[in-house]
Amino acid sequence: MPSVRFRLNGAETEIDADPDRSLLDVLRGQLRVTGPHFGCGAGECGACNVILGDHAVSACDTPLWSVADKDVTTIEGLGTSERPHPLQRAFIAEQALQCGYCVSGILISAAALLKRNPSPTSREVKEALDRNLCRCGSHNRMVRAVLRAAEEMAAG
Amino acid sequence: MNQQAPAPVPPALPVSLAANPKLSSWLKFSSDGQVTVSPGKVEIGQGIVTALAQIAADELDIDLSRVQMIRASTASSPNEGVTSGSLSIQQSGRALRHACAEVRQLFLQQAAERLGVDADALDVEDGTISGPGNVTTSYWELAGEVSLDRDATPGVTPKTASRRALAGNSVQRIDIPDKVLGRPRFIHDQALAGMLHGRVLRPENARAKLMELKEDGARATPGLIAVVRDGSFAGVVSETEHGAEAALNALRKGATWSDGEPLPDENDLASFLKAQPAESTVIDKKTAAQPRTAARTIKRQYTRPYIAHASIAPSCAMAQWRGDRVHVWTHSQGVYLLRADLALVLKLPVENITVEHMEGAGCYGHNAADDVALDAALLAKAAHGRPVRVQWSRQGEMSDAPFGAAMAIEIEADLDTHGEIIDWRHSIWSNGHAARPGRAAQPALLAAYELANPFPRMISTNPPQANGGGGDRNSIPLYDFPSWRIESHRLTTMPIRTSALRTLGGQGNVFAIESILDEIAAERGEDPIAFRLRHLRDERAKDVIRAAAARAKWKPEKRPGIGHGVGFGRYKNTGAYCAAIAEIEGTEEISVRKLTLAVDVGEAINPDGVINQIEGGAIQATSWVLKERVRFDRQRITSGSWTEYPILRFSEVPDVEVEVIQRSEIDPVGAGEAAHGPVTSAIANAVFDALGVRVRDLPITRDRIIAAMELSS
Repeated sequence: MPSVRFRLNGAETEIDADPDRSLLDVLRGQLRVTGPHFGCGAGECGACNVILGDHAVSACDTPLWSVADKDVTTIEGLGTSERPHPLQRAFIAEQALQCGYCVSGILISAAALLKRNPSPTSREVKEALDRNLCRCGSHNRMVRAVLRAAEEMAAG
Repeated sequence: MNQQAPAPVPPALPVSLAANPKLSSWLKFSSDGQVTVSPGKVEIGQGIVTALAQIAADELDIDLSRVQMIRASTASSPNEGVTSGSLSIQQSGRALRHACAEVRQLFLQQAAERLGVDADALDVEDGTISGPGNVTTSYWELAGEVSLDRDATPGVTPKTASRRALAGNSVQRIDIPDKVLGRPRFIHDQALAGMLHGRVLRPENARAKLMELKEDGARATPGLIAVVRDGSFAGVVSETEHGAEAALNALRKGATWSDGEPLPDENDLASFLKAQPAESTVIDKKTAAQPRTAARTIKRQYTRPYIAHASIAPSCAMAQWRGDRVHVWTHSQGVYLLRADLALVLKLPVENITVEHMEGAGCYGHNAADDVALDAALLAKAAHGRPVRVQWSRQGEMSDAPFGAAMAIEIEADLDTHGEIIDWRHSIWSNGHAARPGRAAQPALLAAYELANPFPRMISTNPPQANGGGGDRNSIPLYDFPSWRIESHRLTTMPIRTSALRTLGGQGNVFAIESILDEIAAERGEDPIAFRLRHLRDERAKDVIRAAAARAKWKPEKRPGIGHGVGFGRYKNTGAYCAAIAEIEGTEEISVRKLTLAVDVGEAINPDGVINQIEGGAIQATSWVLKERVRFDRQRITSGSWTEYPILRFSEVPDVEVEVIQRSEIDPVGAGEAAHGPVTSAIANAVFDALGVRVRDLPITRDRIIAAMELSS
């Protein structure tokens, strides 16, 4: 079995798996990283989003070989309970979810947005999250939470 | 016969507590300062667990952080039926409040004995019981002495609203930190020791039968444990999820199916619904004191399509056999009800089955959670005692789970010479809106219909009006018309599987009522809000309408391309009051810019939770109205992906403002389904305000608007 090396949440990771398999499959399967959620398997809902380099991508249609030697960040890599990412703090403060199944992918899309645009407008947040689906209708709270996190990060 | 004065009615226990009177089944105290609370209702993304924890902490006078909420399981939890119908706060909340009030008293009596003071002189603060002369003890000290293995007694009085410290305050939901930190909390993220993965093969064509199955391809896949077949039910079990997917693909290639059964014409739902054999019921009839002659009658027909639950997660379950006992992990809304159906299919006594709840994605009604639980139990039989996790595909979730039923609704209103309504007739044609597990002598689980010895397919029925009705939910007008007749025609055939989806028939009926009212008001040249207020007698109803109107600054000035509309309903006619005002923009393709809502749920235990539910309901309803429609051709469901079943996206979501009218002395009711009907009609009425056309068939798409314009020109 060929092996693929990449950095997962900052840690060097080597995995023996068919390089054509999806990143999501390997993350949730062999690596037991369950923050990215399976939603559709077709890159249509964003529940499995991870940050690859600087961009949010859906892990379900990202082949493992394409992440070789790259940085992959999942929700587990954003922050911890001791040191949550400002986005995670803001989502708690705004109670910005109902069921929360989509939220790990949404936090990832938002984190990628704030990396390239630290002070987005509400419209820019909506555009950045437009490929993420939420069925419970928590959209407006999520947008508010992202703007709150951006403000907090700007304030240092 | 002897005429005797009726005995005074003894105080009754809340329903859920009467059914599960043992206090220890609801809560337990530990000596280390924790209280575990076991409600029979489950978290389905609505925040119920937090609201129930608030109620318990309040009544017991303890800090919220001391409350540990236990997931429902048939092994230990009170049986509270199903978590549905916006009843959890009403049923579980009331039972818990009563149980906690009684338990607090028991502890105070014990403390009084121990401390040698009068129980009435004792106070509780965060579990510490203190009395005159600085004597103290605590729940935790007394935990071993106070037995809760006793039945609740009626007549206990919980605290009055003004003495509650937590209820009425927005507290942070206890499940949210796990979810934003990506900690495994969902059933999808659990891994049991030795767990295998299963997948079930289902046909593309509706109800096709499995004629032939070549298993060799699947058997050759790496990690395969078993190919399972029982009639038209077929599946695979593999060491890994990846392996199970590969085996399923191979199995699909080896399957030959029958043609299946024909589906209706998706473009002519009303004709289909009206032509089917049906059971007709007069839901309500009101006779006028002095019947008057109609100057004219207006008759309108409204339809709504089949609607998918479309949760972001496909349904998932795990099952493990030990001899003739099976343990099932599920995100079902009713662990006991699921257990009853599993017992029917597996031909086991219920004692042999444990069903344990784990959180799934947002649940909006009877989705595939129960189906996949049976799938897992059936596949796990071939796993030699190892647990098997089964997850449906996106396509399966969108095609094989029950849908919210399509409806055709006809309203005829007789008007007098002044355009006042003098008689009202409302007829509904729809499949039943409930085919939930655990309530009939036959199971309501998909695989049960596929076995070699199949159970008959359940035809959906409607709950009685006393429980809010089904297709007829919200069909009895809240308005003070002189007379009416409400009739429901429930189909007795069911080519497309339907069951409970948020509001059942409520969304369709409120849409129809509020649309035709708007039309009548417009014809009279009367403001639609004034018209509604004039026909309402219930002040709480009028208050939500007035509050929404004030907040939206009704009626905003007319601008080209912008429309405003109002909708009102009281969910189930007995639950939460909700008024919505929509602002829409557009000419052919419309967008909803803003929704302003006011809601009255009685006592709002967690006001932010209520706002979250109303906001979510409003946005979901906007999605239903603008986009959603289950698609099918004559053989199969075709909307099996997000491309073919689009839902509202971030860029399309309206601003939503919610005002909660807090009524802390009135028993609380749920909020999850209050917004759908009012929002649906507010948008439809706003479309008329902007464009001058009435779209009476949901969803209100570009095509439907163009068709309505062509019809009116």
